[in-house]
Amino acid sequence: MAVRRRDQRLMMIAAAGAVLVLAAVLTFAGLRDSVVFFVAPSELATKAEAGQRIRLGGLVVEGTLRHEADGVVFFNVTDGAAEVQVRYVGLLPDLFREGQGVVAEGRWQPGAAFEAERVLAKHDETYMPREVAEALKDRGEWRGTETP
Amino acid sequence: MIAEIGAFAMALALALSIAQGLMGLIASRRDSRAEATAATAQATAVLCVLAFICLIIVFVRSDFSVATVTANSHIDKPLIYKIAGAWGNHEGSMLLWCLVSAVFGAILATARGQQSVGLWSRAVGVQGLVTAGALIYTLFLSNPFARLDPAPMQGSGLNPLLQDPALAAHPPLLYLGYVGLSVPFSLALAALLEGKADQAWARALRPWTLLAWTCLTLGIALGSYWAYYELGWGGWWFWDPVENASFMPWLVAAALVHSAIVTERRGSLASWTILLAIMGFGLALLGTFLVRSGVLTSVHAFAVDPQRGIAVLVLLGIALGAGFGLYAWRAPKLSQPTGFAAVSRESMLVWNNFGLAVAAAVVLIGTLYPLLVEALGGGLISVGPPFFNATVAPLLAVLFLILPLGPMLTWRIGDLKGALKKLAPAAALALVTLIVALVLTSWRAVPAIGLALGVWLIAGGLIYLWTRIQRGEGRMAAKLALLPLAVWSMSVAHIGAGVLTIGAVAETGFRVEQSVGLTPGEGVAFAGRRVTLIEVGETEGPNYSATRANFRVDSASGAHTISAERRFYPTSPMPTTEVGILSSLDGDIYIALGESVRSEAGAWSVRLYYNPLVHLIFLGAAMMGLGGGLSLVSLARRRKMAA
Repeated sequence: MAVRRRDQRLMMIAAAGAVLVLAAVLTFAGLRDSVVFFVAPSELATKAEAGQRIRLGGLVVEGTLRHEADGVVFFNVTDGAAEVQVRYVGLLPDLFREGQGVVAEGRWQPGAAFEAERVLAKHDETYMPREVAEALKDRGEWRGTETP
Repeated sequence: MIAEIGAFAMALALALSIAQGLMGLIASRRDSRAEATAATAQATAVLCVLAFICLIIVFVRSDFSVATVTANSHIDKPLIYKIAGAWGNHEGSMLLWCLVSAVFGAILATARGQQSVGLWSRAVGVQGLVTAGALIYTLFLSNPFARLDPAPMQGSGLNPLLQDPALAAHPPLLYLGYVGLSVPFSLALAALLEGKADQAWARALRPWTLLAWTCLTLGIALGSYWAYYELGWGGWWFWDPVENASFMPWLVAAALVHSAIVTERRGSLASWTILLAIMGFGLALLGTFLVRSGVLTSVHAFAVDPQRGIAVLVLLGIALGAGFGLYAWRAPKLSQPTGFAAVSRESMLVWNNFGLAVAAAVVLIGTLYPLLVEALGGGLISVGPPFFNATVAPLLAVLFLILPLGPMLTWRIGDLKGALKKLAPAAALALVTLIVALVLTSWRAVPAIGLALGVWLIAGGLIYLWTRIQRGEGRMAAKLALLPLAVWSMSVAHIGAGVLTIGAVAETGFRVEQSVGLTPGEGVAFAGRRVTLIEVGETEGPNYSATRANFRVDSASGAHTISAERRFYPTSPMPTTEVGILSSLDGDIYIALGESVRSEAGAWSVRLYYNPLVHLIFLGAAMMGLGGGLSLVSLARRRKMAA
């Protein structure tokens, strides 16, 4: 009985180890594959590979928002140094506005518009996505009063 | 004047809660002193209630000389949202945190049960220090009663997205859950200080873990439901840092609910239960930190203030430092666990705990990884849904695979073959589901496995219920009446997990979405139905104006009309989306109205979603919450019978 008890304990520890290894493998594979880098428009050419999933952040350029038929939307995003056209199929978030901060998640090919799959604007009209603020500060374009 | 009374009550409550902490911890052996501690705890709670009432009064009276009211309220706001506005902002919600912590402390002090004087008084003491920490933070870093001079004539209003019944109840429920986890934390620290964690201790712990878990379940479900119908994105869960912040304590609370059962019934796993209680409260504080500090970019946004974030981090450090320090020092002295076999109720609950804890750890890694990478100079990154779906889902799948076995096994040594034989029909049903789903979806493995697991959980839960009913004697009605409430609660919660799984898998795997530009009179074929835009017009609400579009949905079951709106609140520069939802048995047709299309006169951009079985998500979550509630009632009944 004593031997069997030990065998059982070993089996449990082995099974627990297997689950832990599975979790660790999934975690590291997931972090390698599904991490999305944040890129400012002027960094697109240098930092992003074509077809790679990235987050593009900046300010929506005034007067560039265009609604096409079938729900296609175009707008330009700038960090002060460069401007990139974004193409998005779907409804823009309620808080999306020209002249304000936005984060577009999607893929980019050289020579084409940035294909956004998700567009994030913020619930709070005074709020600026932190990445956008950092990018604007790097460019010297930051006009906010407080450091986020 | 009212605001000053509120602030004064808070200051007094702070002094009393510190006294409660010191008296509870130092003078723990003597009955008379312990009673004085209890009285102090009750007085602290009364003062916090008074402060909270004062806050509601200044909100109802729209007293714009109070900064919080000006920032978050407006004269034209409906009364119910004036009241809800009291806790719908940072300062007010922190006062709510203090209130709940103090009231829980008073309940803990009043309901001593069978605990020893030392354990009881120390738990009340630790809870007093938790309340004191929250009060210090609220009073000095986010005082809801701070005055404005001169007072403005009008407030800036509550964010219109937040003027919603589900969202009025969402923060208080989450806070009941978060702060509810502070009581197990206090009990755990008291047990470590006493060097004793026996079955009576676990009996005192169980209702609190259940209460916290139930409130977290309902709070998260309400938040998810609100996101679904209010944000207009068609989704119900986004793996956003703020959502993860509530999901991690939920996972740990679920583990704690189960490990506390083992400790109460069998006396084992005591030190693991203590560790979970410490981690649960730690994650609740971490959640508050993530939400309030704004260190992570979130689809939710709150007014953020780095100083406040750091203060929460300091409180988190103190709580976790004290908790883990005491644990390392005292836990080895706790009594050794009694043994159990590899196949037994205990071992299954150990697996449950293991799976939930690993899942919580994975969510934690994914949530904090961007901070780590940034700190190491690796640039700004985000970890999104693909990561969490690929890691959490397989772990939960393993957990769900063994879940129905647990209740079928007896304590100490279980009969695996017998349990499997009884569960065979459930396994067969799940297998059939798997094959049918694979064929119908042309071999999409992930949703098929998910649906099969859901069926396995539901059928397994029903079989357990049936075997327990069969154990009774007499006619069916008599058997049903004899069935313990604990059996019902466990079955309802586990079946609810299966229902939620099916809904989540169906919605995630088979959702259809389409963007179209429609002119009035124009229709489009969508998800086996025809959606036609009838008309678009302007309309007025109580405190907003709106563009309203009416749609007709023609399906096999007939024609229905639904409308979607874009609302403009004069107090806010942002329009909000009111989606139109047509629910039927197989799922929701969900329509969000966009803006007018510039390139095509009279056309509107419209986003259509078909969300299959989405209501099962919320039904499943409600069942889990109901299971938790029933379990609480059952514990209360047992306590009454024991007394």
